[in-house]
Amino acid sequence: MTAVTTQAGNLRRAQAQRAARADKHRYSRAERWRRRGPLLPALVFTIVVTQIPFLVTIWYSLHSRNLLRPDSDLFVGLSNYLDIARDSVFRQTALNSVVITLGCVLVAMVLGIVLAILLDRPFRGRGVARTLLITPFLIMPVASSVLWSMAMLNPTYGLFNWTLGLVGIDPVDWTSTYPIVAILMALVWQWTPFMMLLVLAGLQAQPKDVLEAAAMDGAGWWRTFGSITLPQLRRYIELGVLLGIIYVVNTFDQIYLMTAGGPGTASANLPFYIYQRAFLGFDVGQAAAMGVVVVIATIIVASAALRLIFRSFDVKE
Amino acid sequence: MTATETAPRTPVAPSAAARRSGRSSVTGGLLTTLTWILALGFFFPVLWMAMTAFKQENQASSDPPTWFFTPTLDQFQAVVGASGTYVANSAIATGVSTVLVLLLGIPAAYALSIRPVEKVSDVLFFFISTKMLPVVAVIVPIYVIAGQLKVLDNIWTLVVLYTAMNLPIAVWMMRSFFQEIPAEVLEAAAVDGAGLMKTLRSVLIPMVAPGIAATALICVIFAWNEFFFALNLTASRAATVPIFIVSTMTSEGLFLARLCAAALLASLPVILAGWIAQKQLVRGLSMGAIK
Repeated sequence: MTAVTTQAGNLRRAQAQRAARADKHRYSRAERWRRRGPLLPALVFTIVVTQIPFLVTIWYSLHSRNLLRPDSDLFVGLSNYLDIARDSVFRQTALNSVVITLGCVLVAMVLGIVLAILLDRPFRGRGVARTLLITPFLIMPVASSVLWSMAMLNPTYGLFNWTLGLVGIDPVDWTSTYPIVAILMALVWQWTPFMMLLVLAGLQAQPKDVLEAAAMDGAGWWRTFGSITLPQLRRYIELGVLLGIIYVVNTFDQIYLMTAGGPGTASANLPFYIYQRAFLGFDVGQAAAMGVVVVIATIIVASAALRLIFRSFDVKE
Repeated sequence: MTATETAPRTPVAPSAAARRSGRSSVTGGLLTTLTWILALGFFFPVLWMAMTAFKQENQASSDPPTWFFTPTLDQFQAVVGASGTYVANSAIATGVSTVLVLLLGIPAAYALSIRPVEKVSDVLFFFISTKMLPVVAVIVPIYVIAGQLKVLDNIWTLVVLYTAMNLPIAVWMMRSFFQEIPAEVLEAAAVDGAGLMKTLRSVLIPMVAPGIAATALICVIFAWNEFFFALNLTASRAATVPIFIVSTMTSEGLFLARLCAAALLASLPVILAGWIAQKQLVRGLSMGAIK
C-alpha cells in the first residue's frame, strides 16, 4: 500500500487509501475513539442545538398551547395536523413559497448565465464590472429589502416608477398591487450575482485546449457553447439551483420588510406564515405542526437534492 | 469533447479568419457595452442608496427624484450616534460565533478527511441536512426554552445559534481544503514522529490557512446579516445591526435618508470583505464544491 502511494503522488489514490483505512474492521476500539475525538464536540453541539428544539417542536405540535397562557397545555393528538389540512391559507402560502423560490432561482440563474458569459470575455475593466455585479449579493438582506420597498418601489417617490414615468407608464403601487413581483425583484437582484459567480467559475474551469481546438476546427460560438460549454456547465448550474433553493426557500427578511406577507396573506410564504401564527397569533401548537409539515416536505425534496449534492461535491461513499 | 478534437488541425484559410475577426471586433465592442450597461444597472440601486444617504430628508423622498444636491453628513452623524449598542452586539455575535465555528469545525473536518472516522458520508449528510431544516420550524421551542433559561434578549443566545447555523458550512468547507493536502505531506510528518497536535499546528493549519480565512469570511457574512433570530429573540439589550436598520423606520416624519445611511454603513463591512475576497467567496458559497 505504501509502495503505491509513494510511487504516484496521486491525490485521488491517496483519498481512496484513506477511505480504505476508514474501514472499521481495521481499527481497534481505542483507535476508533481516537478518530472520533476531534469530531465529537462539533457533532454533539449540532445535535443539541438543532435536533432537540425539533423534537420539542414535534411534541408541541401534538398539543394545544398558547404563548400568552403557558398553563393552557393540552394534549390534542393530531388535531393540529387536521387543521392544517383544512387551512386554505396554509395551502396558499405553500404555493407562494414554491412560486417565490422557483421564480427567484430560475430567473436569477438565466440572468446569471448571461452575465457570466459576458464576463468571461476579456475586455478592459473586466474586474471592475465583475465587482459592480457582485455587489447586490453583498448588501445586507434587511438593507436591500428596505432599499427596494422604499427607495425603488415606493409609489410616490420611488425611482422605479419615476423611470417608468419617463416612458409614459403610470405609477404602480408595486408592493400592494403586485407584492410577489416586488419581492421577486429584490430577491432576483440579490441572487443573480450568486448564480453568476458559480457559472463564471464553471466557464473558467473549461479546458482551454479543447476550446482552442474547437476554434481551430472553425466551430462557431453557438456550436462551441452547445456542445462543449453547456455540458461542462451543467454541474455548476445544478449546484447553483440547488444551493439557491436551500437558501431562498427560507426567505423571511424581504417578505417581513417589503409586504409583511400582504395584502392579507397574498405574498406570505411558509416561513412568514408560521412566524405570524407563532409570534402574532401566539398559537404554538398550530405553528409547530406547520413546522413539522414543512420539515417533512423539505426532507422529501432534500433527499433527492442531497444525492445531487453528493455527486457534485464528489463525496466518496 | 473527445480526444480527437484536441488534435492539431490545419488552420482555416487566412481570408476567412480575417473576415471573422473583423466582424467579431464589432460584436465584441457591442458585447462589452452591453456588459457595462448591465453591470451599472445592477449596481445602480446601491449607488442610489449611497446618494440618498448624503441627502437631507426632504430631498431623499422628493418627487421627481433629486439628482443634484449638496452632500451632507447629517444622516451619518445621527446613525453613528444612535447605533453604538447595536454595533457592539453584532460584533460580539459575529466575532465570537465565528471563532467558535472554527474551533469546533476544523477538528471535525480533520476527522472527516485526514484521519477519517467510520461512516464519513453519513456524518456529512447529517451536517448538511441541518442546513435544510427550516429555521422557522425550531424558532418556537428555541423561544420557549430561552425564556425558561432566562436568556431571551441575551447576546450569548445569538452566539450559540449563529455557531450552530454556520458550523455545517464550515465543516464542509474545511473538509474540502483538508482533502487537497497531498498524502505525502502527512506521511512525512508521521515518519518524523510528529504527534497529532504538532502535525495539526505545524503542518496542517499553515497549509489550510487560506481555507480558514475563506471559511471565516462566509461565517462573518452570514452572522452579520442574520435577522430572523435577532428579531424574535432580542429586544432592547441584545439587538443587532439589522434590528437597528428596521428601528430607523418610524411612523412619523421622513426617514429615508437616515435609513439609507444606516443600510449603507451596515452593509459596508461585508461589501468591502466581499470585494477583496471574491475568489474565496465563490468557494465559500458553494460550501467548498467549487475550487
